[in-house]
Amino acid sequence: MPMRQYSEDEAVDFLVIGTGAGGAPLIAGLAEGGFSVVGFDAGPWFRPLEEFASDEQEQNKLYWTDTRVVDGANPMVMGGKNSGKAVGGSTVHFAMVSLRFRPDWFKSRTTLGYGADWPLDWREMWDYYTKAEQALKISGPVVYPWGPKRPRYPYRAHELNSAAELLGRGAEAMGIRWTPTPLATVSAPRGDSPPCVYRGYCRFGCSTNAKQSALVAFVPRAVKAGAEIRDLAMVGRIEVDSSGRATGVHYIREGKWRFQRAHNVIVAGYAVETPRLLLASATDRYRDGLANSSGLVGKNLMTQSNQAVFGTMQQEVRWNKGPPSLSLTEHWNYDDRKDFSGGYCWMAQGPLPVEWVTVQTGSRGLWGQKLIDEMEKYNHQVGLKMVGEMLPDERNTVTLDDEVDQYGLRVARVTYSWGDNDKALIQHALSQMQTSLEAVSATDIFRQENDTNHLGGTARMGNDRRNSVVNADCRSWDIPNLWVCDGSVFPTVGGVNPSLTITAIAMRTVDRIKQMAKRGEL
Amino acid sequence: MTDHDGTRNPDRYPDYDVMSKQFSPSWNEVTRKVVHARLAVPREPRFFNQGEWDTLQAVCARIMPQPATGAIIPLPAYVDAKITEKHEDGYRYASLPHQGEAWQRGLAALDQEAADSHGARYHLLTPEQQDALLQRMQDGKLDCSAWQGMPCKLFFEHRVIADITHAYYAHPIAWNEIGFGGPASPRGYVRMGLNRRDPWEAAEAHPGKEAHARRENKRVG
Repeated sequence: MPMRQYSEDEAVDFLVIGTGAGGAPLIAGLAEGGFSVVGFDAGPWFRPLEEFASDEQEQNKLYWTDTRVVDGANPMVMGGKNSGKAVGGSTVHFAMVSLRFRPDWFKSRTTLGYGADWPLDWREMWDYYTKAEQALKISGPVVYPWGPKRPRYPYRAHELNSAAELLGRGAEAMGIRWTPTPLATVSAPRGDSPPCVYRGYCRFGCSTNAKQSALVAFVPRAVKAGAEIRDLAMVGRIEVDSSGRATGVHYIREGKWRFQRAHNVIVAGYAVETPRLLLASATDRYRDGLANSSGLVGKNLMTQSNQAVFGTMQQEVRWNKGPPSLSLTEHWNYDDRKDFSGGYCWMAQGPLPVEWVTVQTGSRGLWGQKLIDEMEKYNHQVGLKMVGEMLPDERNTVTLDDEVDQYGLRVARVTYSWGDNDKALIQHALSQMQTSLEAVSATDIFRQENDTNHLGGTARMGNDRRNSVVNADCRSWDIPNLWVCDGSVFPTVGGVNPSLTITAIAMRTVDRIKQMAKRGEL
Repeated sequence: MTDHDGTRNPDRYPDYDVMSKQFSPSWNEVTRKVVHARLAVPREPRFFNQGEWDTLQAVCARIMPQPATGAIIPLPAYVDAKITEKHEDGYRYASLPHQGEAWQRGLAALDQEAADSHGARYHLLTPEQQDALLQRMQDGKLDCSAWQGMPCKLFFEHRVIADITHAYYAHPIAWNEIGFGGPASPRGYVRMGLNRRDPWEAAEAHPGKEAHARRENKRVG
């Protein structure tokens, strides 16, 4: 596929840093809207059919494995599932779970009494969710059991594997609803994507292109519309001129620092790299980093609790077959009779051997022959894993450490501690998931108490420049041609996987930019 | 002082060999290349010196015991390769140094602890003594000066356990042991339900049906 290339001296209309769930829809949408766009990614542009192995260890190449320093009372495990360093970002290896937020979460402070309100209206988001689901051709159930009415999913739901079926049996025994998971992998052919073959290595990159990652669903659209994707290009600093406007970015490619001019810069590097770049771009005028007059850049980092309960079945489950989370219940997102704030869902699980041994050692402290004996039960294991809402807290931060990386850039220090509400939510979920596993006669049940996954916060959106970094259009309050559009704009993370919401916000931002351009407001 | 006293538990999936599928539609070219490179890992240390290597070998043999005969997963070689080839984790606890330095310091400290309590280097202790020291490390109870302030519990969890067990379960021998289907691109799987098995998956030996499983596993391909 031929790709247009832009010269560094020519200021492009939009320079987008990051090509994941936030960046890729922006690059595609803006290019299709007639703007000149260059999308930067620090990672390589993989060709899955030729370059993706069915191998957990090899596929670590999809992760952001440059060092981050972690501390706090609950230091976060980074580098794996909550990161991506490739064109397509972490959607290249995400589990494809594509869920809508509960409407009330957009005003959780006002309606539910916790967290912070979003500046977005859920009804508008409902339309953008529909657009995102169409763009990704989500495969899902005919009727989704929770929330306001929504259109049918574009593709039919996937067949359940036995792990997903056991979730359903457990939920029914408990009297709660469950559903096949809406997934961004096609259940029938779409363009160059064949239907999913249930290979089960989804979280290590899809080698058949059934997965509708940003790499598959948006990047080809972007290139076709005239955007350039510049891979292996690590942006180190955003340049701002004396009038307080961004003029372009300094980036390193093939060992050499370079400068690309731009009329607008959009940062879409996710909740660690986005604040890292804004903080690292500090100038004499903006001593605390760019877009940071509120002091909130890098603050209110959130993750989602990702605890699990596992057990052993007498039957052969062989949970590695098919996408890892083929069924879910988000019952507790819609039940407010709880003694804590926030919600959570849980999903069926299918960890591959290396991930599974991490659970066994991390949760049970096993090693030696005991570990080998437990691992041998692999084909009989069953598990449920939560995605839980953790609350924003200004003490959870991304800051700059003194250590520098291979580019000579200061690395991020990620500081995280769970709050009492987070712990209460986790305990509630663990006991409910345990009840569900007991209901299907699983034995040797144990809990994985310490795991987190998705990120959010660190450049939150809001209606007031004093307590947010960007407005509802993802435009920074301080520098009018500097934008942030990724999971870092989330004021709260909700109790479902965030990627569909990130994509929906990016698609809304494209529409808003087109409207503003028409009115001469850029 | 045996290095290896583990058992391979060969009877659950008798004669299953995931490598027999390597030229089937379950393995694409890049997977073959990656797994072959893994099997060909250099067996001599490139990062560690001989003293560190002695200790590391002894630690690996206790964390993941393997049989004295037959094919072995060369665990110390993978630990060395991870450092030599700079395969980073993507995060570092503020109180742990980078992986190579952490390993060097931890292995030296383990030798020092062994000398302090038994008057000999770690690899010369009995398996029971070796296990006891590892257990104390896991419990966070080792703190001789050679640790230089590095928390032994974090070192145990994030270097010893992680690096050794990940290497073990990334190896085809381990996949055979647990009956894991292994690489599956582009063929994938068809039979998804409970107690269903595709003909290209490992057959489990149920009591009295061992010969049947063995026969099935010979046909996996």
